[in-house]
Amino acid sequence: MIWNEEYETMPREALEALQVKRLRSMLERIYATVPFYRRKLDEAGVTPDSIKSLEDLQRLPFTTKDDLRDNYPFGLFTVPLHQVVRIHASSGTTGKPTVVGYTRRDVETWAELMARSLMAAGIGKDDIIQNAYGYGLFTGGLGVHYGAEKIGATVIPISGGQSKRQLMIMRDFQSTAITCTPSYALHLAEVAEEEGMNPKGTKLKVGVLGAEPWSEEMRKEIENRWNINAIDIYGLSEIIGPGVSIECTEGKHGLHIFEDHFIPEIIDPDTGEVLPYGEYGELVITTITKEAFPVLRYRTRDITRLIPEPCRCGRTMVRMDRVRGRTDDMLIIRGVNIFPSQIEEAIISTEGLEPHYMIVVDREENLDIMEVQVEVSEELFHKVGDTVRGLQSISRKLEKDIKEMFGISVRVKMVEPKSLQRFEGKAKRVIDNRKIFNNQK
Amino acid sequence: MGNESYKVEQISVFLENKAGRLAEVAKVLGNAGINIRALSLADTTDFGILRLILNDREKAKSVLKEAGFTVGITEVIAVEVDDKPGGLATILTLLSENGVNVEYMYAFVERSGGNAVLIFKFEHLDEAIELLSSNGITVLPGERVYNL
Repeated sequence: MIWNEEYETMPREALEALQVKRLRSMLERIYATVPFYRRKLDEAGVTPDSIKSLEDLQRLPFTTKDDLRDNYPFGLFTVPLHQVVRIHASSGTTGKPTVVGYTRRDVETWAELMARSLMAAGIGKDDIIQNAYGYGLFTGGLGVHYGAEKIGATVIPISGGQSKRQLMIMRDFQSTAITCTPSYALHLAEVAEEEGMNPKGTKLKVGVLGAEPWSEEMRKEIENRWNINAIDIYGLSEIIGPGVSIECTEGKHGLHIFEDHFIPEIIDPDTGEVLPYGEYGELVITTITKEAFPVLRYRTRDITRLIPEPCRCGRTMVRMDRVRGRTDDMLIIRGVNIFPSQIEEAIISTEGLEPHYMIVVDREENLDIMEVQVEVSEELFHKVGDTVRGLQSISRKLEKDIKEMFGISVRVKMVEPKSLQRFEGKAKRVIDNRKIFNNQK
Repeated sequence: MGNESYKVEQISVFLENKAGRLAEVAKVLGNAGINIRALSLADTTDFGILRLILNDREKAKSVLKEAGFTVGITEVIAVEVDDKPGGLATILTLLSENGVNVEYMYAFVERSGGNAVLIFKFEHLDEAIELLSSNGITVLPGERVYNL
């Protein structure tokens, strides 16, 4: 099923012409309205009207998450706030979040993209969508919501968590589709089995799953346990939210990127050089229709490759392979983006703790578990006394601070001083035992 | 004698819950020729705190630190009671009736066999020492405890 035949199946030549046209107009706008972009373009010696083809994109500067941080909160908006109807935010690399804005038309564009995505996943107006992505600053909940309404499906805006309630609603309301993270889909199946409810016996037929990396093995397990079609969806708030790309039920091999709105490139993360189709590298996206918060060559830090071969579904849009990793140390825990540097800040701001720490991530019963190990210093021992209560008051405080930052629970474990590895160069602060990609590098 | 001589220096060691750490402490002390007079171990799922009364605190502290342990010194007091039923209850009742909080305690029996020694950690040591002594309870001087 295709929501927008005209654009989604547009011949490549026409599509590329449209991209160039939209790119140039986007460049004109950011050059005129955002000092940051004007400076970057001036430094690169490029003017918007010198862009004649898609190849010219390679002459343009990248935008990074640090650039977003430096312009916190609204410095990269191209329109005054009175034209912005919505704000979302995601984790930044430090305490400040990455803030994005939407004009009314951006919200409509996003709804259109999510309508395309849901339909590509086989969802239509007769479906009942249980939307278990979080509602709030996170883009998942509202992104799916608007697209679901646009196609005329019935949305249950249940948001994340409360598994038993999710299952009750699923059974009583006869949900036919679920939208959540893949690990949560598996977790729900487990809770269902524990509760004596057969996941295969529900009306559920499809899951639109994303916001974290997952493997083909995990897809098979989700599909078997629920007896559903599990579809991978990709997006990030800096670009628009969910709906940047999605798999189709026909191909289920690679996610179609909606190229009439986004131009994807794959680069070598070290040199910045653009790589040919098929090669793995860092995904870079330029938004060409966004109004409030366009981004130029945004470095997503996600590692994937582009698949140019036409898909049997009829869409002409290029596909990206499933994301197979990150070029930075960002962790995705239960769909929440976490940078070790943020944990470090919380540790440093806890009196008595030193920034020697290790983050250990595991997956137990399909839920991500994060443990932060911190060293106990002699000063701390003196300060809080040699009582269990004293030491635990410190670890509990840190647990609470981290929970407040990310909304997810974490275990803080006190370890002996100098027991954690010391690093001379770049510190490796994360041990990820989830092994999401067993069969890959 | 002022209260100071009644304060007993206890060595506390932070121990991660992993195999062999307690044995390591014992080995380090043994090799240095240090005698353990009394000990207790408070443990949680993640870590433990080993509390020790030793004959040579300074040496113990330096050898343990050298071996990489986190070592703290805490002042506690030692109380001697007859080793018979009801001895502990009398003291705890007295403390609680006077609103003195016990942070933690442990006990051992003297080698001579006649008496039990209770080690107490209070928030306000001086107050506790005065309360106990003025009620006829034997608070042992530090020097005696180290050499029991």
